[in-house]
Amino acid sequence: MEKFTTLQSRAIPLHIENVDTDQIIPARFLKATDRKGFGDNLFRDWRYHKDGSVNTDFALNDSKYSGKILVAGDNFGCGSSREHAAWSLTDYGFKVVVSSFFADIFKGNALNNGLLPIQVSEEFLSDLLDLLVSKPETEIVVNLESQTISVKGSDLQEDFEIDAYKKTCMINGYDDIDYLVNNKEQIEAFEAQKIY
Amino acid sequence: MGKTLFDKVWDSHVVSTIENGPQILYIDKHLIHEVTSPQAFNELEERGIPIFRPNQIVATADHNTPTLHQDKPIKDALSRNQLEQLSENCKKNNITLYELGHKYNGIVHVMAPELGVTQPGLTMVCGDSHTSTHGAFGAIAFGIGTSQVAQVFASQCLLLTKPKSLRVTVNGQLKNGVLPKDVILYIISKLGTNSGTGYFCEYAGNVFEEMSMEGRMTVCNMSIEMGARGGMIAPDETTFNYVKGRKFAPQGEDFEKKVAYWKTLPTDDDATFDKEYSFDAADIEPMITYGTNPGMGIKISENIPTDENPSFKKSLSYMNFEAGESLINKPINFVFIGSCTNSRIEDFRVAADYIKGKKKAANVTAWLVPGSKQVETQIIDEGLKTIFDDAGFELRQPGCSACLAMNDDKIPQGEYCVSTSNRNFEGRQGQGSRTILASPLVAAATAVEGKIIDISKQLN
Repeated sequence: MEKFTTLQSRAIPLHIENVDTDQIIPARFLKATDRKGFGDNLFRDWRYHKDGSVNTDFALNDSKYSGKILVAGDNFGCGSSREHAAWSLTDYGFKVVVSSFFADIFKGNALNNGLLPIQVSEEFLSDLLDLLVSKPETEIVVNLESQTISVKGSDLQEDFEIDAYKKTCMINGYDDIDYLVNNKEQIEAFEAQKIY
Repeated sequence: MGKTLFDKVWDSHVVSTIENGPQILYIDKHLIHEVTSPQAFNELEERGIPIFRPNQIVATADHNTPTLHQDKPIKDALSRNQLEQLSENCKKNNITLYELGHKYNGIVHVMAPELGVTQPGLTMVCGDSHTSTHGAFGAIAFGIGTSQVAQVFASQCLLLTKPKSLRVTVNGQLKNGVLPKDVILYIISKLGTNSGTGYFCEYAGNVFEEMSMEGRMTVCNMSIEMGARGGMIAPDETTFNYVKGRKFAPQGEDFEKKVAYWKTLPTDDDATFDKEYSFDAADIEPMITYGTNPGMGIKISENIPTDENPSFKKSLSYMNFEAGESLINKPINFVFIGSCTNSRIEDFRVAADYIKGKKKAANVTAWLVPGSKQVETQIIDEGLKTIFDDAGFELRQPGCSACLAMNDDKIPQGEYCVSTSNRNFEGRQGQGSRTILASPLVAAATAVEGKIIDISKQLN
C-alpha cells in the first residue's frame, strides 16, 4: 500500500448525497480479475451519456476542476461492498475523499487502499463545496499526522478523526495482512480453545 | 450488566485486542464468489502466503452467471474468465466450490443457509454486502471488501473495531398482505439509509419471533440498506428446526449440544443498546419505493412526499415521478422476482398463490429467478412451475440476475421494474433502468395487472 502523510491539491466538488458504489463503478464493469484500470469507468454513467458522448455538466468533466481530492455529499459510498469503488477512485488519481458521512464498508475499503476518507462537519462540507464552486483553483491541505484539513488562503480548517491503528498503517504503508500473518500463533491458540 | 446477542457472539470470537486499536476477530465461515475473490487470490499468491483454513471456505458462482442455458458455455468472454478463475483458484487451494450447474449452486446467501453452513453463534463473512442475511440465524455476518477477503484467506481473522448496538423492535399484528419485505422496507423508510452506519442491528419483537427463517433472512438481508453492517435475530425453535438435518449442520448428539449452547445466545433482559427504535406492526402496509435509494419508500396507498433537497429532486427526476403523486395505476412493463432478498421457496409460494388461475398482463415481461438449484427443484416439485407457465411468467435458472444486471438480465433504458430485490439505485438493473422495490406479492400483482395496484384493497 502507498504511504500517505500530507497532500496539497485542488479538489473536485460532487454536490450529491448518498453516492452509492453502483454509481462509483457500475456492476457491469466488475468482470475484471485484477485491481487496475477501473478509473476509466469511475462514475461511468454520470460522466458519459448512454451513446458514449461526454456529459459536460458532470464535475469530473468540467475543465474548471482538477485535483486529487474529491469532495462529496453526505453518506458517500453506501451500498455494495465492492472494493472496485475504492480501486476506481485511486486508479483515476484521487488520494482523498471528503464527505460529512461515509458508509462503513466503503470507508474500510478506502483505508485498505491508501485512499484517505476524511469525515468533516456538515457546515465545513457546505462551505468547502461553495468555495470550490466560486473559486475552483482553491488548494486544500491535508495533514494526516496532525489530522487536519485546511483551505489555503482562508481560515477554513477542521480536525478529523481516524483510528490510531489505521493512521499508522496509512503513514507507513502497512496493511492488515502483515499484522495478521505475524499473529498466526495466537490465532492457532485461539482455535484450540474456542468455547463455542 | 447483561449482554446482547451481538455481544455474546462477538466477544466469544475475539482473539486479542490491539491497545488503542481494533480487535482481531476470528471468522468461522468464509463464503466466496467469482466477483470479489480473484484479486484476493492473486494478492496471496504474489506475496507467497498460503490459504490458512481452506476447509472453512465455501464457494459458489452467482453474480455473473447466465439464467438461461447454464449447461452451455458462457458467451461473454470476461464472465467466462471470471468463473474459470474461481474454479481454478478453488481447485488449487482445496476449497469446496458449487459451480454453475451443481445441485447445490445458487446465490451465496440462499445456498449457504440451505446447506446448513449458516448456524447460530458463528461469525461469517463474504465479499458481498448482503452477507447480513445470515444474521437471521443469530450469527454475526457481514460484507467485506476484497482486501479483507485476502486477510481472511491469510489468517481466518479480521482486524475490526466493535460496532455499536442498535435494536429495532416491532410488536403487534401484521395486516393481511404485509410480508417480511414490507416490514424491512417500512423500517428503512422510517430510519433512512444511514441510520445504522457504525451499528449492528438486532430485530426483536413478536413480529420477528413469528416469522419463518425465510422471512427473517429477507429482513436481515436489507440491514445494510439502512447502513448497518449486519442484522441479527435471536435463535429459537424456528431456527433450530430449520438447521436440523441439513448437510453441514451438526448431527445427533452434537446437534443437541449445539442447541443447548445456542439457547444461551439471546439478549439478556438487562442488556442495553446504544440506540433503540420500536414500531407498531399494525401501522405497516404493503410498501413500495419511489426513489433511488431504499429509504425512499412509502405505503403503496400513500403519495410521494415533497422535499426541496436537490438530491431528492434529482432522484425523482431520474425516476420520472412528481412529488405528491400516487404510484397506483402506474403502468409497469417489467417484473422481477428474485435476488438474495426474495428468491427462496416461500417467496415463490406467495407469488404462485396469488397468480394461480390468473394471467400476466400482455405488456409485462415477468422474470422469476430462483435463488438456488434447490429452490428451482422445489418450484418444479411443488407444481408451482405449472402455475407460472400457465400465467405466462418466465422461470429462469438460479443466480443474482437482474438484481444487479451483471449478466444479460437487464431492464431496458427508461423502463420501470417492480422488483423484489434490495437496491433501487440509478441504473442498478441496467443502464437507465428505474427500479421500484416491493414484496413478491406486490410484484406478482403488478405483473398480473400490468400496473401498480393497491394490493391491500384487493385483498380485504
